Amino acid sequence: MTTYFTREHEWVKVDGDTAMVGITDHAQQALGDIVFTEVPEAGKQLAKGQEAAVVESVKAASDVYSPVTGEVIEGNQAVVDDSSLVNRDPEGEGWFFKIRLADAGELDGLMDEGAYRDWVKTL
Amino acid sequence: MSREVHNGPTDQHEQARGTPYTGAAEGEPQPEPQTLPLDSWHRSKGGRMVEFAGYMMPVQYEGIMAEHLWTRENAGLFDVSHMGQLLIHGPDAESALETILPGDIRGLADRKLRYSLLLDGGGGIIDDLMATRRGSDFYLVVNGATKHGDIEVMRQSLPKDLFVDHMTGQALVALQGPKAVDVLEAIIPGVSDLTFMEGNAFHAFGHPLWISRSGYTGEDGFEISIPAVAVEQLAEALVADERVKPIGLGARDSLRLEAGLPLYGHDLDRDTTPVMAGLTFAIQKRRRAEGGFPGAPRILAELEQGAPQKRVGLDVEGRQPVREGALILDGEGSEIGRVTSGGFSPSLQRPIAMGYVATALAEPGTELKLEQRGKLFDSKIAPMPFVPHRYHRKGA
Repeated sequence: MTTYFTREHEWVKVDGDTAMVGITDHAQQALGDIVFTEVPEAGKQLAKGQEAAVVESVKAASDVYSPVTGEVIEGNQAVVDDSSLVNRDPEGEGWFFKIRLADAGELDGLMDEGAYRDWVKTL
Repeated sequence: MSREVHNGPTDQHEQARGTPYTGAAEGEPQPEPQTLPLDSWHRSKGGRMVEFAGYMMPVQYEGIMAEHLWTRENAGLFDVSHMGQLLIHGPDAESALETILPGDIRGLADRKLRYSLLLDGGGGIIDDLMATRRGSDFYLVVNGATKHGDIEVMRQSLPKDLFVDHMTGQALVALQGPKAVDVLEAIIPGVSDLTFMEGNAFHAFGHPLWISRSGYTGEDGFEISIPAVAVEQLAEALVADERVKPIGLGARDSLRLEAGLPLYGHDLDRDTTPVMAGLTFAIQKRRRAEGGFPGAPRILAELEQGAPQKRVGLDVEGRQPVREGALILDGEGSEIGRVTSGGFSPSLQRPIAMGYVATALAEPGTELKLEQRGKLFDSKIAPMPFVPHRYHRKGA
C-alpha cells in the first residue's frame, strides 16, 4: 500500500486498483474545529480534480477534490456522523471516501510522503 | 510619530494635546505599523497570526471552539489594539459630535459609554463606535479597518477648533467572560464598582489606564486602554491567572455573532441605515425630536414608517454553516436578501447567521430558504441575541 499526497492537502492510500482519500493532518490543523463534512455516495463518478467532498470548520468552508478519476465505492459515514473525527484522526479513521481507480497513471503526478511533508514546511 | 496621550480622566494639566486639524488633506501622515505591541507575546503563546485590518493578529491559539467556550465560562483576553482610539476635545465638543453622530451626546453623563454610529449625508453607516464622556472630552473607539477614514471624516465635518487625537501610543485589550470581574479586581482594585457601559481611570504597572465595563461578546467584561509600553506586562499578569486564556479573532467573531452584534464591513456599511440595521436604540429621544444629524430626513422617515429591509437572525437547519454572501429566498424562490454573517455557533452546536430581509418577512418564526453554492437550506427567522447577554447592569 502506497500513500500519495496532493498540493491541495489530500492524501490517497492506494491498494491495488482502489484508493482511500482524506485530508492531511496539516489541512485539519489549518481548518481548525471541523463541524460539518459531506462525502460522495457510492456509485458516483469523479474526475481527477473534481469537487468530491465538503469540509467545514467553525470559520471556513473547503472543498475536497478527488485526486484521481474513478467510481466512488464508499463514502465514510463515520465522518458525517461525527466530523470531529477528521480532527482527531485525519490520516486514519477520518478518511472521506474510497474510489476505484480508472487510471493508475494519474498517481505519477502526486507527491510521496517525504516530498509532501517537506513542501508543507515551506508554506 | 505617535503622541504621548495621557489616558486617564480629563486633566487639563496632564492631558497631552494634539495639533488642531486644519480640514486640509495634509494632516499628519500615519505610517501604518504592521505589528501590534503584543505581536511577539501572541506568538510566544502559540497564536496563529493572520493579517487583519492591516495588522498581524492572532486568529486562534488552541482552537476557536475551545477558546469560544472558555470565554463563555471563564475569562478570555482579546487584543483589540488594531482598533482606533480617538480623543476629541475643544470648545463644545458635545454639540459638534452631535452633527456627525445620531446619539444624545450632550445627555451622556460623565464616564458613561454610548454605542453610536458615524453617518454619511444619506444616513448610511460609515462606522459604528463607542463614545465615552471624560469631563468635557470624548473618548471614541472605532473599528480598525475604518479608523483612518473616520478621522478624515471627522476632520472635514467637525469645527476647526476641535482637536482629534489619534491615540496611537495606546494599546487596547478586552477581558471578557463571567470570571473577568474577579480576575481584574484582584489585579486592579476598584474595577468591580463599574457597571455595564461605564468607565473610569485607574493606575497600574506604573501607568494610567482607562477601563470600561464593555465589550463585544455578550459577556460581562472590560476593555482596558493602556500605554503600549505596558500592555505586555498587563497581558502577562492576566494570563498568570488560571481563569484567563488568550483568545483569537476567530472566537471573537463567533462570540459576537451569537450575541447578535453586527460587524462593520459585513453586517453594516454605507448602504445600511441605523433603522435597517435594527440599531434605533442608538438614536435617543431628543435626537429623534430635533434631528440635526447626517441623513436625519431619511432616518426619521424610516423610524416613522419602517425601513424596506431589516437585519434579522437566522436559525439554519442541519449542521452545515451558511456563510456571508449566501442568498435568502422567499417561498417562491425569489432572492429577498443576503446573509451578512454566518457560521457555526459553538455554544448552541448548530449553524446561525444574520442577514437582511424585506421588513414584511422579518418576524421571528418566518420560514425562509437559504442558498449557498447551489444548495438549499431550511431556515427560520430567529430572535436575537442567539445566546443571552450577561452584561453587568446597574442593580443586577
